[in-house]
Order: sequence, then C-alpha cells, then structure tokens
Amino acid sequence: MRRICVLALLLSAIVGNSAAEALLIRNATVLTVTKGTIPNGSVLVEDGKIAAVGENLSAPAGATIVDASGKYLMPGMIDCHSHTAIEGGVNEGTVSDSSMVNIEDVLDPMDINIYRALAGGLTVSNVLHGSANAIGGQTVVVKLRWGKTAQDMLFAGAKPGIKFALGENPKRQGYVPPSVLPPGRPAARRYPGTRMGVEDVIRESFMEAKNYREDWQAYRARVARGEHPLPPRKDLRLEPLVEVLEGKRYVHAHCYRSDEILMLLRVADEMGFKIRTLQHALEAYKVAREIAEHGASVSTFSDWWSYKIEAYDATPYNVAILTRKGVLVSVNSDSDELQRHLNLEAAKSMRYGGLSEAEALALVTINPAKQLAIDDKVGSIEAGKSADLALFDGHPLSNYSKALRVWIDGHEYFDRDKDLETRPDFERKKKALEDKDNGGPRLPTRR
Amino acid sequence: MKQLCVVAALVCSTRVGAQPVDSNSVLIRNATVHPVTGPEIQNTSVLILDGRIAEIGPKLAPKASIRIVDARGLHLYPGLINAATNVGLSEIQALRDTVDLDELGLFNPELRAASAFNPSSEHIEVTRAAGITSVVSLPGSGSRRAGALLITGQGALMHLDGWTWEEMAVKPGAVMDLVFPEINTGPAQAGAPPRPYKDALQQYTDRLQELGEFFEQARRYQKAMAARAPDFRRDLRLEAMIPVLEGLQPIAIRAERERSIRDAVAFADEEKVKIIIVDPREIGGTGPLLKERHIPVILGRAFQLPMRDDDPYDAPYTLAAQFYRAGVKVCFGTFDVQFARNVGFEAAQAAAFGLPRDVALRALTINSAEILGVGDRLGSIEKGKLGDLILTDGDPLEARTNIKQMFIAGREVSLESRHTREYEKWMKRP
Repeated sequence: MRRICVLALLLSAIVGNSAAEALLIRNATVLTVTKGTIPNGSVLVEDGKIAAVGENLSAPAGATIVDASGKYLMPGMIDCHSHTAIEGGVNEGTVSDSSMVNIEDVLDPMDINIYRALAGGLTVSNVLHGSANAIGGQTVVVKLRWGKTAQDMLFAGAKPGIKFALGENPKRQGYVPPSVLPPGRPAARRYPGTRMGVEDVIRESFMEAKNYREDWQAYRARVARGEHPLPPRKDLRLEPLVEVLEGKRYVHAHCYRSDEILMLLRVADEMGFKIRTLQHALEAYKVAREIAEHGASVSTFSDWWSYKIEAYDATPYNVAILTRKGVLVSVNSDSDELQRHLNLEAAKSMRYGGLSEAEALALVTINPAKQLAIDDKVGSIEAGKSADLALFDGHPLSNYSKALRVWIDGHEYFDRDKDLETRPDFERKKKALEDKDNGGPRLPTRR
Repeated sequence: MKQLCVVAALVCSTRVGAQPVDSNSVLIRNATVHPVTGPEIQNTSVLILDGRIAEIGPKLAPKASIRIVDARGLHLYPGLINAATNVGLSEIQALRDTVDLDELGLFNPELRAASAFNPSSEHIEVTRAAGITSVVSLPGSGSRRAGALLITGQGALMHLDGWTWEEMAVKPGAVMDLVFPEINTGPAQAGAPPRPYKDALQQYTDRLQELGEFFEQARRYQKAMAARAPDFRRDLRLEAMIPVLEGLQPIAIRAERERSIRDAVAFADEEKVKIIIVDPREIGGTGPLLKERHIPVILGRAFQLPMRDDDPYDAPYTLAAQFYRAGVKVCFGTFDVQFARNVGFEAAQAAAFGLPRDVALRALTINSAEILGVGDRLGSIEKGKLGDLILTDGDPLEARTNIKQMFIAGREVSLESRHTREYEKWMKRP
C-alpha cells in the first residue's frame, strides 16, 4: 500500500508532459543518424512530427523554444529486446509452444522502469515474452509514454511479433530431474530436453499450423461455393503461427549457438516463413552469410559473455563482424538496467571492431527501427518522422554524457531539471508517509 | 580506417640491440604522460628498468640494448585497477564446476583466493584488453542467500600477467572478505517465499553475536600464541585472523544499506580493526562517520537499478559523487567476472553524474592502490613504482578509446584474447 502511494506521488510529480503546439529545438549538434550530423542545427516539431531539420529554422508564433547550445540531439533510442512493463512473470513456461499468450494483455504502464529507461533516452521497446519455450508468446512494440494507459503505450502500426527460443533455456525444463526443481515449478519434466527436441517442437507446430490453415482455406472455399459447412474449431495457439506463415507476424528468436541459428533458418525455409530477428545470437558471427541470405537480422548484446556455456564462444566483435558482412544489427538490453544506457552499449562497438560513430548510433536507432519495420516513423531525425528525440549534455557515444530531455511525438516525457526540482518536495511527502507507517518504536541500534 | 593505420604505424616499436621478448625494461618516448598524482605532461619519456619506473623526463637518452617504444600521439596512463572482482575464480557462471566462490561455512578466514586463481582463465586476457593491469579477486560472490556467509576468505590483488598465480600475486592477502550481517527478509533460495521479519531479525542478531564471538576467540588465540602457552596448538582459522587483529590486513566489509554501514563502523570501532566499506548501495548519513575514521569505500557498479522503486532514477549513478563530496576516499569494483573489464565505464558514469573526472581516474588508479595498501608500488606514474602502464589513443574511461599497448611490471603483454582471436578467425570466413 505504501509503495502504491509513493508511486502515485512520483507519477503526479513527473508526468508534466505538455502538449505544445510547436516546438523548436535550436543550436544543438543534431545527430540525424541517417543524414549526417548538423553542428548548430535546429529541429522543428509540429503536431508531434518533425516538420523540419536544418541550420536556421525560425519558430512559428507560439512555439516553445529550447535553446540546446552545446548539447546533442539524437533520435529516441529503440530497444529490440525488452521485458520492461510486463506485469508478473515473463514466461508461460508450462508448455513447449505457448503461442496463445500475448504480452499485450499484461502490459503494466506503472512500471517505474519505463520512466528510468526514458531518463536514459529510450523511447521505443519491443516487449517480448520470455525464453522458456521453443515457441513463446506474442510480443508487442510500445512507446514509453509514461503516465498513459497500457493501450496508449502501443506503437500504432507496428507489426506484432512472436518469441521463439533455442538452446539452453527452452530445454532446461526437459532435463532437470524433478527432485531438484525449485519449489513452485512443475514437478514433471517437459519436452524438449535437447536442441534436437527444440527443432522438433518448432517443425511440429508449423506442420499443425499449415494443416490448420488448409482446413480454413477448404472451409472458406466451400462457403464461397454456397455450401454451409461447419467451420473448423478456432485454435488460439495456431492462429499466430498462421500469421507468421502469412508474413503478418514477425519471429524474434532467442538463440546463442551457430548450429541452432542455422537450424532455425533451415526450418523456416522448409516451412515457408521468415525469421525477422535473431535475438542475442552471440555466435551469429559464425553464420553471418547464412543469416544475410535468409534475410534475417540480428539483435545482440554489446559485450555479454561467459555467463553460461552457450555464451562462452561469444565475442564483443560480433556486432562488427556482422555489420561488415552485411547483416543488419541492433544492440539491445534484455534488462531493466541496461536499457537505461543503450547509447553507451553502442559505443563499445567502436572499440570492438572499429565501427564509425554513425554506424554505432544506428545500432540503437535506425537499425532496430528497420528490424521492427517502423523505420518510416522513427529511428532518425528526418522531416515527417515522429518527434521522438533525446537531448544529451555531451556526445551520446561519450561515457561522460547523460540524457537531459526526452520527447515522444513532440510531448516531453523526461526533463532532468524538472526531475531534480521535484525531488525535495517528493522526499518530504515520502517521509511523511513513512513516518505514519513507522508509527511504532524504532529498532534498537546495535549495542 | 586511415587514421587507425597511421596510429598503428606510430605504435610500431623499434629496438636498439637484441633483447629478449619478455624483457622488463623499456623506454617509452614522446607520450602524453598522465601521472595521475600530478598534472599531465606533454612529449615525455618514461624509462622502465627491471620492471620499475626509473626516470621520467622530456628527453631521456636510450641506453644500449633497451627496447624503445615511440608513443607519439598516444597517452600513457598507469594501468587501471579493478578493486573487486571474482576473476580467476569463476569461468562460466552457470556451471558450478567452473566456479570456486562461496565456500561452505560461516568463518573461512584461512581461505586464499590467490592460490585458486586460475592463471589460464580466459577472463584474464579479456579483462586486461580494457586497460586493466590488476584486479582484486574476492573469494565470495557477495550473495546474501539466507545469511549463509560471513567471512569468505582473503581477497588477492593480482597482476593480470604471469605464468603462475604466485607470479601474478601482487598482494595475496590484500583484504579479508566479510559479508556483514543485515536484516534480510529475502527468500532463502530462488522461488521460496520471503522470510518473516521476526526470523530475519533473529538471524541478524545471531550472526552479529557469532561474529563478535569469533573475533573474541581470535583475540584469545592471539594472546595464547604470543604467550607461547605450553598447551598451544595451531588453528589455521584463528591464525588467519591475526593480521586483521593487528590492523595489517583490512576487512573488506560488504555493507549495502545505511544501517549496515553504521553497524560495520561500530563493529570496527569496537574491535579496533581496519575496514573498507564495500559495495554500498546508499550513503545515508554515514559520510561523516567514514570521513572521520578515514574509512575508504570500494564502490560497486554504477550501472544498476536504484534499490527502491521510489529512489531517484540516478541514485546508483550519483553514489560515488555522494561519497566523494562527504570526503570519503573511493575506488571501484565490479564484483563479478564478465564485466570486470568495464570498471572504467562504471567510473565514467559516476563522472557523468557529479564525480570530478580526475577523481574518477584517481579512483581507478592511485586510490585503489592506496586503499589496498600498495600505494608505494602501483597506481601512478612515479619514479620507483612498478611499470604497470597503458598506452591509449584517448581517455581510457571512454568506450571509444582504444588501448594500444600494455606493460605489466615493465613487461609488454599481449592485448589479444579469446575475443580478438574469434574476430580474426571469423572475419576470414569466405
């Protein structure tokens, strides 16, 4: 209860985003990502969209003007792998194929990590189901519109996805003896327990999905002929897989080793669908050619490795190798913490493999936008795109920089100065609540 | 790319006379030298003889048969120190067979991280590629599972170069690692429900008492040994406590919260032992307590989430600056293995949020050295110190900077690793 009160206070304190008619940010170093860097640049925002980008833009009457002298403006960052704002567990782990469940149903707009991510310059997240199943749940792309409802967070027009997972995670429940399963987990072992079984689950599910699609096609054909057959039973597990087969839903596949990556590409080829993104994919660098040929892309960690055996052959040069071999790459967080500084994760690719500044920035802006097919709306500072912008006090690829202000659709969702201003008042209110809560005697101190 | 080639060409070193490859003498010329303990000096040479810095000056004449490194356009810094890791003791976190952390038992002061430090761990090369020349490896993970750990053993300060752990050890018993008791209602194991407050409080009180009793035992042992009592028998556990009781070995006390820090300071006052506060998550009102007693702090990761939902979003980022402003000497650790190489970025993040940049660099060099009791040997570019040096093309705390060359005790060490070898191998795949 106390926590809710405090959160409510926090919300009221920081959701001050104003809907200005027009906004002109001027004198910034504008990192457009796709059209180079404009020193002393200006960005004009009208109706939530970027109206103009240039050197000398004048503000229409009544526009809010932000003087960004000495500061850097970049597109709001995009995280292609997030579990933020998921209420409760991220895994429906009881079945090997949980494609019937949907993250959209469990979005929690009150998750404080939304605000914390905004404060690092993040504006869009691909919110994924966990990796406990070969075929996991349905996924959703959101804008971090802190203070709005779950419905309002959805990224309009972004194609939905589905999570797949290969390797250690989906097979884990298949080989742990029931005696050592932690409390609260199902006692029975669950198929699959090997990488071979993971492949089998995916192939079996897509065989079923194809049969299911044929049943419906046959049904519709009969209806078209004027017959009155009984429709096939609607199958909520197979529906999203049919959407995958029809290219209406993207596959985001958690994977590590090169063998399983190749396996998945071949299964997809066989079944007639595409893998949109390979997630984590720490060994993707070994099969860059095959990934490029399939048309898949990779969303990976900047430098994670060695936390488990399938991450032992990782190298932070993964990003550079894939980039040089023509694979579209993004750097993601998979973490409430890491999503707070994706710009710094991108910067590591300059040390590990010598990516240019533009290539590094693309890893967390236009590249993930392309992966999610929202690059016509976000991911760069260009006229016509949404005004999702992040203002930094230094170059965002410098470890000494921090985000100062963040806008989504031209609305301001984070302002560091305002955050700092509200703190004393917030602390007072919080203390008053705590004093009420701790009405009883204090604990004795030691000795 | 062209720029890279030019720098690479500049880095190419020349040799005067024939000298064995593993020589620990070298003359580095024309570098921008950052001594850390003094202002930056342009176009300067540093001469290292037999592993130690022998001279620093604008124009040092090459001695016969000494290797010369022309560092024009490059910066020379002392090697960075990560003051708290588990490097060498843990290879693959999820595979227990490869992990030697958290021995069973509450009191294990006789355990030595140094002698279990695997000199062939892949993490050594990976970590030093980021400009880190030495690390403290702690025998505990810091896990507070059910308060099952108190003294986990002795953390060792290790050079990230050497054929054996013995050669790598700079100070094998650098710190005694103590997980200070706290009231922790967290679950006893993953998936279990949280424990009732009453139980947690009881366990906290019990642990404090056990800790006090253990120190009392150690003192009696110390007296018996000094008195050469006729029935005296050696006890390895208690004997290992003597350097602590004598104030020669600091206790690295892991204390997350304000209350634990206060408790730890009270404990140190009462036991008259030297302590370092390790991995705190908040400062609260403990600044003056620490400052007054000259108790330093090894900060944990800046890149973590605030402890509580309603903490300021930047609380972990500003923590270093809060301790610094309170007059407390700080350095940095990462308390893990895979991100041990990122300690520079942790310090830079603290600098983005209020820690002066020069203090961030000092924290990673001279402060760590002083806090670990090796300020006379490591942590700055000064005559007489060990030749632990890095040559870079910029600020070593920036990810955009490349570490070009490294010397540990004067010996050039390779910056190749498992990661660079994979890179070179797989870039060649047709």
